[in-house]
Amino acid sequence: MNTADSTDSGDIAIRSQGLCKHFGGVLRVDHVDLLVPVRQVYGFLGPNGAGKSTTIRMLCGLLTPSEGEIEVLGLKIPEQAEALRSRIGYMTQRFSLFEDLSVRENLEFLAAVQGVPKARTKARIDELIEDYRFGDRQKQLAGTMSGGQKQRLALAAAVIHEPQLLFLDEPTSAVDPESRRDFWEKLFELADAGTTLLVSTHMMDEAERCHRLAILDNGRLVADGTPAELTDALQGRTLVIDTATPRRVQHALAGMPGVDGVAQVGNSLRVLLAEGARDMQARIEAAIVQANLQARVAEARPNLEDVFVAATRAGEADRKRAA
Amino acid sequence: MNWRRLWAIMLKELRQMRRDRVTLAMIVGVPVMQLILFGYAINFNLRGLDAGIADQAHTSGSRALVMDMLATGVVKPVLVADTPQQLMDAMRRGRISVGIVVPPDFERRRSEGRQVAQVLVDGSDTVVQAAAAQLAQVPVQRALPDARAPMRSTPRAGPIDVVSFYNPQRITAVNIVPGLIGLILTMTMVMCTSIAIVRERERGNMELLIATPLTRSELMIGKVLPYAVIGLVQTTMVLLLGVWLFHVPVRGSVLDVYVAAALLILANLALGLMISTKAQSQFQSMQMTIFILLPSILLSGFVFPFAGMPLVAQWLAEVLPLTHFLRLIRGVMLRGAGLAEMWIEVLVLIAFIVGMMAVAIMRFRKRLD
Repeated sequence: MNTADSTDSGDIAIRSQGLCKHFGGVLRVDHVDLLVPVRQVYGFLGPNGAGKSTTIRMLCGLLTPSEGEIEVLGLKIPEQAEALRSRIGYMTQRFSLFEDLSVRENLEFLAAVQGVPKARTKARIDELIEDYRFGDRQKQLAGTMSGGQKQRLALAAAVIHEPQLLFLDEPTSAVDPESRRDFWEKLFELADAGTTLLVSTHMMDEAERCHRLAILDNGRLVADGTPAELTDALQGRTLVIDTATPRRVQHALAGMPGVDGVAQVGNSLRVLLAEGARDMQARIEAAIVQANLQARVAEARPNLEDVFVAATRAGEADRKRAA
Repeated sequence: MNWRRLWAIMLKELRQMRRDRVTLAMIVGVPVMQLILFGYAINFNLRGLDAGIADQAHTSGSRALVMDMLATGVVKPVLVADTPQQLMDAMRRGRISVGIVVPPDFERRRSEGRQVAQVLVDGSDTVVQAAAAQLAQVPVQRALPDARAPMRSTPRAGPIDVVSFYNPQRITAVNIVPGLIGLILTMTMVMCTSIAIVRERERGNMELLIATPLTRSELMIGKVLPYAVIGLVQTTMVLLLGVWLFHVPVRGSVLDVYVAAALLILANLALGLMISTKAQSQFQSMQMTIFILLPSILLSGFVFPFAGMPLVAQWLAEVLPLTHFLRLIRGVMLRGAGLAEMWIEVLVLIAFIVGMMAVAIMRFRKRLD
């Protein structure tokens, strides 16, 4: 029988506890506890500036945490960061391959640096060029490629040594929808092959694809779980209002107690209700009638955007209480 | 040290260099341009000055004196005049910059030991003035001493034959070319590596590199070595052009020249790398490079003689790799000395390389904070 400890580190790729990072006195990452299981696509959802990149950089040992503990693939970080390097792949937010090297030259460089066995290098590069569809672009300079192609190349380079764990920092932020779908296909292929992936994003549709999800806001982890768990937790807290005058209805509901957020989606409004608020559907209907407007209010199935709004609202409320 | 990773870095640098046409052109263009500027321009100013001659004596003695002056090569006759007045007119019009006047009573003056001739100099150009001073030092054959005929501004030296052991023809290029190797290597090499790290940081490549198993020494040494090859190519170019165009002698062994050059190249590359770990942007590293470059040019002994500088300046100069290289290269090329005889300079350069590399490697962190 395995001891509890070793079973843990076998199933858990990343564990962090009380992870903090100060920059010039400002707390950019605020006591983040993470538990990322192996062989999963783990999403990091949050707006720009939420601390996603900073957290990822600390997890792969590029930034030193101000406080807290990190264990990645059973290694203590940052102390054992060097030992970790050959076991992880890291795709930076900004394209970081050499723009003045060709596709093949970039891959050759990384194969050598990442210690892909010499005898295997050529076959591995050929395989990646085939897989990632660079067959006719091997000699093209990386700098002259489109955003989607660059991302594909960066991914190919990040996995050249078949790492156990892959960090991807907003990999698709500058890519068209088709390339994005294509890119995610690749990510799931990697997860199926046994790789653990940590992907940061600020896009809801991408977050929905992840096996598990952590939502970061202002450096704090405000929610985590599977997308289904997260949306189920909001059951009964979302309404949809169909109306011909969405902006006026939105105005009428502004500041109403028990309403956490009203967002326009086309000709309808999506309403997020505060936790524990009662009889909201009737009260909202009454408020709309009172404002001399016409609308149909119905319950809606919560989605990740609602989760995100609810989680960040809760964070704001906490901060206000603290202040 | 993993050789494969080191080679990967070097290969990457070489490939990037190959695609950077402008830099490549600079690496070839700078030495050629410098050599021609420094070598030809200075050389031609000092030699072949347009001269007018007014020999009013017409004796065999006076003709011999004029021939002696022409034989120095400092002047070339373009005008033969009858009177000093004509020479002064020509000079005012800028046709000549030097005039030689031998008065009608040349023979009597010579026997009496008075001034036998006059050199008129276009004093508006100090280089011409200095050159003409050489003329004033041409000895007068079979004459009594004090045969000079200077204008007020020329130095009041006797008719002394200037003896120059290593450069009898006073060709500036002979002095300039060995120093020029050092100057060119300092300019281009420090520049090459001073932007090396900072450029990758600016382009975002550094985050990728430090997330890989590459070690600090692999990265640093891998960046230095390709440029060392470039430096040796530059050395070869300057040497060949120097020998071909200016007949600069290589009196010592060619191997010693290359060893000395390699030492300076590595010293400068290491210095550049150190700058690169300090600079936040490419612009900053350029500024720091120039900050190093100026004292190198002025204090190393390339422009002003080392011995003539104040003590503080000499101390500063001792820190600069170029100072030590100049002593080595002049010794090897002009005096035929061996490196073993100048081991202290060699040692200083080696110490500089090791020290700078160590500081650069230590300063470089595989961290973003």
